[in-house]
Amino acid sequence: MVLAQFGTWFFAALVLAGAVLVVTLDNLFRAALSLGAVLVGVAALFIIAGAEFLGFVQILIYVGAILTLVIFAVMLTTRAQGPRAASAPRRWPAAAASLGLFALLASAIQAVASRPVPGHDPVTLAQLGQELVTTLVLPFEVISVVFVASIVGAVAIAASKAPPK
Amino acid sequence: MTVHAMLVVSSALFCLGIYGVLTRRNAIAILLSIELILNAASLNFVVLGQAFGQAQGQATALFVIALAACEAAVGLAIILGLYRTTHTVLADQVNLLKG
Repeated sequence: MVLAQFGTWFFAALVLAGAVLVVTLDNLFRAALSLGAVLVGVAALFIIAGAEFLGFVQILIYVGAILTLVIFAVMLTTRAQGPRAASAPRRWPAAAASLGLFALLASAIQAVASRPVPGHDPVTLAQLGQELVTTLVLPFEVISVVFVASIVGAVAIAASKAPPK
Repeated sequence: MTVHAMLVVSSALFCLGIYGVLTRRNAIAILLSIELILNAASLNFVVLGQAFGQAQGQATALFVIALAACEAAVGLAIILGLYRTTHTVLADQVNLLKG
């Protein structure tokens, strides 16, 4: 229990520190690597919360596939980024806006913090699978159509010839 | 860590993603920030689904991950196509549709 508590704080700190690096680093390659740290931290938080399957799906799909794609794109377009090209001179208004949003969300969470969360057994993988093929079977099937459409679309966009200059 | 503390963590992640979307000029960096936002949402779904014993929380997080994969594939393909036609990936220098 103590270990789980410590692990939760550790991975929450890892997620937040990595996220700060993702949005502040000028070097995009390093920003993508810190996104990897964030994704691994979120996967660990999933596992600690009792959603082991989702944690491994997160590592497989996000860290394995999406991060690889992103790093690939960063390397292919690296000549287009000049030095200090990453951030615009509107940092302070953006920081104020996101801090204000965070204050709003945190106060809304604080307002319900006194309400006790009813204790439930964590959801098992069998329950999740049951849910996916009964109640959520339509979204589950629609997702596969979306997958096919996006893969065909990505190939069509990325493989098309550039228009003559 | 309580459920409420996890909600605070995920809203901090969400706001960092918003900050990234607002300040970044590079389109790939904007996509990275959108991934942060999507992760904050799925963290919320998983934590609340576990706390209330609902399997639909995890199922929705699964859908979020799947759609994020589609979004990354199409988004990066668009960015690569953009780079080939305009030789820039800076979102504020792309004005092909400007009249």
